[in-house]
Amino acid sequence: MNKELKYLAGRAVSGKLDRRAFMGRAAALGASAAMANTLLATSALAQGPIKGGLLKSGLSGGESTNSLDPATFATQVPTNFGNTWGEGLVEMNPAGEVVNRLAESIEASDDAKVWHFKIRQGVEFHNGKTLTPDDVKATLERHSGEDTKSGALGIMRGIESIEASGDTVSITLTTPNADLPYLMTDYHLMIQPNGGVDAPDAGIGTGAYVVEVNEPGVRHGGQKFANYWDDGRGHADQVEIIVLNDATARTAAIQGGQVHMINRVEPKIADLLKRVPGLEVKSVSGRGHYVFIMHTDTAPFDNKDLRLALKYAIDREEMVDKILRGYGSVGNDMPINSAYPLFSDDIEQRTYDPDLARFHYERSGHEGPVLLRTAGAAFSGAVDAAQLYQQSAAAAGIELDVRREPDDGYWSEVWNNKPFCASYWGGRPVQDQMYSVAYLSTADWNDTRFNDSHFDELLLSARGELDQVKRKAIYREMGTIVRDDGGLILPMFNDFIGAVSDTVGGYVNDPNGELMNGFALSKTWLA
Amino acid sequence: MHPILKLVAQRIALGILLLFAASALIFVGTEILPGDVAQSILGQTATPEALANLREDLGLNESAFSRYFNWLGGVLQGDLGNALSNNKNIAEAMGKRLGNTLFLAGWAALFSVPLAVTLGLVAVRYKNRWPDKMISGVTLATISLPEFFIGYLLIYFVSVKLRWFPSVAIINDSMSVLEKLNAIALPIAVLTMVVLAHMMRMTRAAILNVMQSPYIETAELKGLTPFNVIRKHAFPNAIAPIVNVVMINLAYLVVGIVIVEVIFVYPGMGQYLVDHVAKRDVPVVQACALVFAAVYIGLNIVADIVSIISNPRLRHPK
Repeated sequence: MNKELKYLAGRAVSGKLDRRAFMGRAAALGASAAMANTLLATSALAQGPIKGGLLKSGLSGGESTNSLDPATFATQVPTNFGNTWGEGLVEMNPAGEVVNRLAESIEASDDAKVWHFKIRQGVEFHNGKTLTPDDVKATLERHSGEDTKSGALGIMRGIESIEASGDTVSITLTTPNADLPYLMTDYHLMIQPNGGVDAPDAGIGTGAYVVEVNEPGVRHGGQKFANYWDDGRGHADQVEIIVLNDATARTAAIQGGQVHMINRVEPKIADLLKRVPGLEVKSVSGRGHYVFIMHTDTAPFDNKDLRLALKYAIDREEMVDKILRGYGSVGNDMPINSAYPLFSDDIEQRTYDPDLARFHYERSGHEGPVLLRTAGAAFSGAVDAAQLYQQSAAAAGIELDVRREPDDGYWSEVWNNKPFCASYWGGRPVQDQMYSVAYLSTADWNDTRFNDSHFDELLLSARGELDQVKRKAIYREMGTIVRDDGGLILPMFNDFIGAVSDTVGGYVNDPNGELMNGFALSKTWLA
Repeated sequence: MHPILKLVAQRIALGILLLFAASALIFVGTEILPGDVAQSILGQTATPEALANLREDLGLNESAFSRYFNWLGGVLQGDLGNALSNNKNIAEAMGKRLGNTLFLAGWAALFSVPLAVTLGLVAVRYKNRWPDKMISGVTLATISLPEFFIGYLLIYFVSVKLRWFPSVAIINDSMSVLEKLNAIALPIAVLTMVVLAHMMRMTRAAILNVMQSPYIETAELKGLTPFNVIRKHAFPNAIAPIVNVVMINLAYLVVGIVIVEVIFVYPGMGQYLVDHVAKRDVPVVQACALVFAAVYIGLNIVADIVSIISNPRLRHPK
């Protein structure tokens, strides 16, 4: 019987027998449903990737204004599509480590100031040109020039010079940075022929798929690149991304079998979607977080007691429960959680404490309502979250005045502009980057107007510190400073929730981002 | 000059004037929106340098006045310019979307207009009897339900449960006409339900109005069947108000179906416009608005002309 079952499972996995027929025959042979299912799964795993077919995803986060120029990538659709046609030097793996892609090896000088990236040989661009270190140099320069519009400029600013010689690209930094390889995983840094200087939006890279359809805001499609260098990627013959910004349209499309995976499943329907046969809801906790931010240099938020009062007045458990429906974890008023390397888990968790909130509020001497701005665009459920916050604060005698702002223009008019509002962060691969973009006093997006010279010194010293134990201690101190002195109220870290059809093989949860950090189309296959 | 030609020329001249006025209004509207193009394009993750560089590139430092007239000058020479956000040629990108919108609107009209007029005629024939009441009841019910609700109902039952038609109505050039029709079956159904009642009720009312006239009685007395009375004598005289309503609904099918496009993810003009409004991409918004205004004004001119031609008193002035 065992032999026969295995034979059937093999046929089912390779598609010669449909799933239902397999379950039926397995039952006839006396196997329980659970046993048959396990058998099917192990067979699928043993079978390895299956080549061919058209793999489709339906994604939120695409507009008709999107461009193929990697420097302009900001939303999910261009980023996911970019990962099918382009590649960077390195990328993150699900364990949070840097793995090489177009780089073959990475070496640093002892002071972490000069970095050498050995470039992979024999890699071909879609236009037939062979990848050279000069292409890499030109790409990095295009993203770091002072006149660039690249979204990667912020992380490229510490670069003093870039040299290409032989098969190596060497990067010299102005100050040491032990995390440079992590910065190079940024999705803007797709290597393009001659850096994409001549045609930034040509969509020519070294990725597994050649751009075939590019209708921004509607759909994007790729055809397998015949000369792709890596056998472990690009299993489907064709991939397609359909832009489905409407949550209901997205859910209907995967239920109706028109796409194989979707991103951004709303927490409130995730449990309902779990009951749909043939679908799996994939939820993974990451570094993204929802926040309320105060400008520490603007009255009344320049008063530390008022900030502490507001931090104690929020009920984090309730937020995770009601806003995220359990798909997330509580935050501790610092932008770092256990998904980061070198995280210290011994920092005391701040909890809802109306008495302490009242104590600090009275000590701050503030009177009258505090205006909190929110909008649906701030994060999914931000308006409800602000209202919950209003209730929990009222119990501590703090009057919050919640004002709903229009979604349109929220990021230019309210966020980083008004002193107290709701917002979100996607998180960064490493602590240094997260603190550098938003908490360093000179940071571009210092949306809490945080200015602490000791904190700045610690951040710079951590960058050059190659001893991981010492670095961890420095980051612990920095986290505590932000938690106690900063203008950040961080009630929750949100999970990434996606849905994947059970015809998709090779799907692995990746805490770096939704849908396998945007690599699902080139890493999975149709079973 | 023939008075009809003169009237038509007047209408068209007035239409062009209206178009200019509309373009100025839209420009003012986009100017007073909060936010800034560069910030909207680069999003939350924009650095101040990147923003400044982009603003310089886009010419946002010039005055609104000169930007408006530069654009207008280009349009008069047939150049809609490039989108600010992704530097694509607007005429090209919009042409495709407009084609899609007209395709959907055309098929929806092809189904809904004859259906509405026929139902209207049937309703008159069986006035105040059960077919009349049923037609009115059903069409009024479908127009009363919001279109997104009908859309979601159809998606749930027809697409998810029965799997007859897809819920994602994306069409492209490589599809055959039948494949395209399969893809847009659900949006056509929703649009038909939404516009049916208005046209049907107008047909019914206009014909009933004519039916009170003495010459209808004469036609009945000379022995014509009731349906022939309606077809030969009542309908030609009721055509002007019906055409007016049909044109308003056609214009709605072209410019007013943003919600249906969003629900069914149809790549038409509405979605295209919404995306660019969100990015403060003024040239594209202007171009879309101009096309929408032109469609509206054009269809209304057609309605005017048809009602002039169908009226013998206007056709043969003394």
